[in-house]
Amino acid sequence: MTLVDPEGPAVSQLELDRRAFRRRQSARSILIGAGSTILFGAIAWLSLANSPGWSAVQSSFFDPVVALEALPRVWGGFLVNLQVLVFASLGVAVLATILAVLRTLRGPVWAPLRALAAVYTDLFRGTPLIIVLYLVGFGIPTIVGQRIPEILLGTIALTLTYSAYVAEVIRAGIEAVHPSQRLAARALGFSYGQSMRIVVFPQAIRKVTPALMNDFISMQKDVGLVSVIGAVDAVRSAQIETARFADFTPYILAGVLFVLLAWPMIRLTDWVTARMQRREQMGAAL
Amino acid sequence: MNAAAEPGAPLLALEGVRKRYGDREVLRGISLEVARHEVVALIGASGSGKSTLLKTINLLERIDDGRILFDGEDISDPRTKADGVRARIGMVFQGYNLFPHLTVLENVAVGLRTVHRVPRAEAERRSRDLLERIGLGEHAKAYPDRLSGGQQQRAALVRAIAAGQELLLLDEITSALDPELVGEVLELVRDLGREGTAIVMATHEMAFARDVAHRVVFLDGGTVCEAGPPEQLFGAPRQERTRRFLARFTGTAGGE
Repeated sequence: MTLVDPEGPAVSQLELDRRAFRRRQSARSILIGAGSTILFGAIAWLSLANSPGWSAVQSSFFDPVVALEALPRVWGGFLVNLQVLVFASLGVAVLATILAVLRTLRGPVWAPLRALAAVYTDLFRGTPLIIVLYLVGFGIPTIVGQRIPEILLGTIALTLTYSAYVAEVIRAGIEAVHPSQRLAARALGFSYGQSMRIVVFPQAIRKVTPALMNDFISMQKDVGLVSVIGAVDAVRSAQIETARFADFTPYILAGVLFVLLAWPMIRLTDWVTARMQRREQMGAAL
Repeated sequence: MNAAAEPGAPLLALEGVRKRYGDREVLRGISLEVARHEVVALIGASGSGKSTLLKTINLLERIDDGRILFDGEDISDPRTKADGVRARIGMVFQGYNLFPHLTVLENVAVGLRTVHRVPRAEAERRSRDLLERIGLGEHAKAYPDRLSGGQQQRAALVRAIAAGQELLLLDEITSALDPELVGEVLELVRDLGREGTAIVMATHEMAFARDVAHRVVFLDGGTVCEAGPPEQLFGAPRQERTRRFLARFTGTAGGE
């Protein structure tokens, strides 16, 4: 509307007082926050350091020498986890999308496929991941009669299970897109597939991004389970190193690596969520 | 908190209210008084600041300068408890904004129960009475999406005044309605005005503003361009800008 000159209009004393008051308020709450954080931290630290057995905990959980010695092998294993994660995420993205679309197809012709997708998601969401891992990891090589890399089997098992979860999240997103959007797309002459692909699906994904990120973070940790079918990943490597040093620090080390992997993703999730909220609720007060 | 309201003082007084979004100054020093039981219509083009002005009054938007007095109390003071102020001011939006997960009755009663601490039975009795008075008694147990736009908006109006709010802010409440449903909503607004609720309404319904408002305020470019009784403002506008706006408006509305 009207452009304001760079210095802005002269502001009344009243408004200046209000601003000063708000500044004082926020300064005060920051001070109180900082104070209570320091106090709490000091109490926590002191009570930890003075508790009996702390030195024993320190030497068997947090031994820097052991951590350094174990790092190469654990890191090598961690790279295996990363590989599984990358390929399993791609597999999940594809399989879950197909399942979600199958479940939202309308019309009696598609009933068998719809039912199939429903049974699949029910089955794999209900089955513990570890059972799927055992069945795939030990069962498939037995049937095929030859050795298959554990990494591949682990990736398959993770993909099977997580696709079921993610498919349901995507389906919820598709159904949360207001029907009027579909109508508008069809009114433009889009086919069912086009309206899904160009209008519904992008909005659906946007709606469920936080939930998808959550599943992704969950999967980041569950890649550690491929160790149970014999893959030498970070967890298995940590186990080997722990046996070697008779010290639990390698497990902590592997744990730290997983946290470091998940952390940027968690922050990114928060950021994306906040940004979407701002964009989609622009104009809505409070 | 300071200065108890003296009798005869305006219910609402805006003094040089300014509001900007980034580089855009939307309100550029608005001063306006609303007496008890007065009905004031805000007219003006889209983007003239009508909606923003309403939102600053019940503190949904923080102002950048100036002062807002409600019942003699400076509610733009940062020490003001905004929720307490909002509890005394009703607001109705263009899109009804009824809560879709609550029945119509619950929509009306929920504010009474949670904000005003009215016991459930009493709140529901009062809400049912209100709904019956506006002819929605039989829809009390229905969910909002079963109702027409006009019915929803009337329910929203009752929800906004259920606790005896002294001031009612209406933000273009008929803009989303089908033309044949506009009448029933405006009728209810007229009744509320007659019963003594002070009303500030942003509206594009010039005929209605002329009919119901005690005073009409024409906003242009974030300032009060002209204000006066409807007969004068519509009949003999003093400002050139007002004349141009009204001419354009009757021009476009002429097709009806």
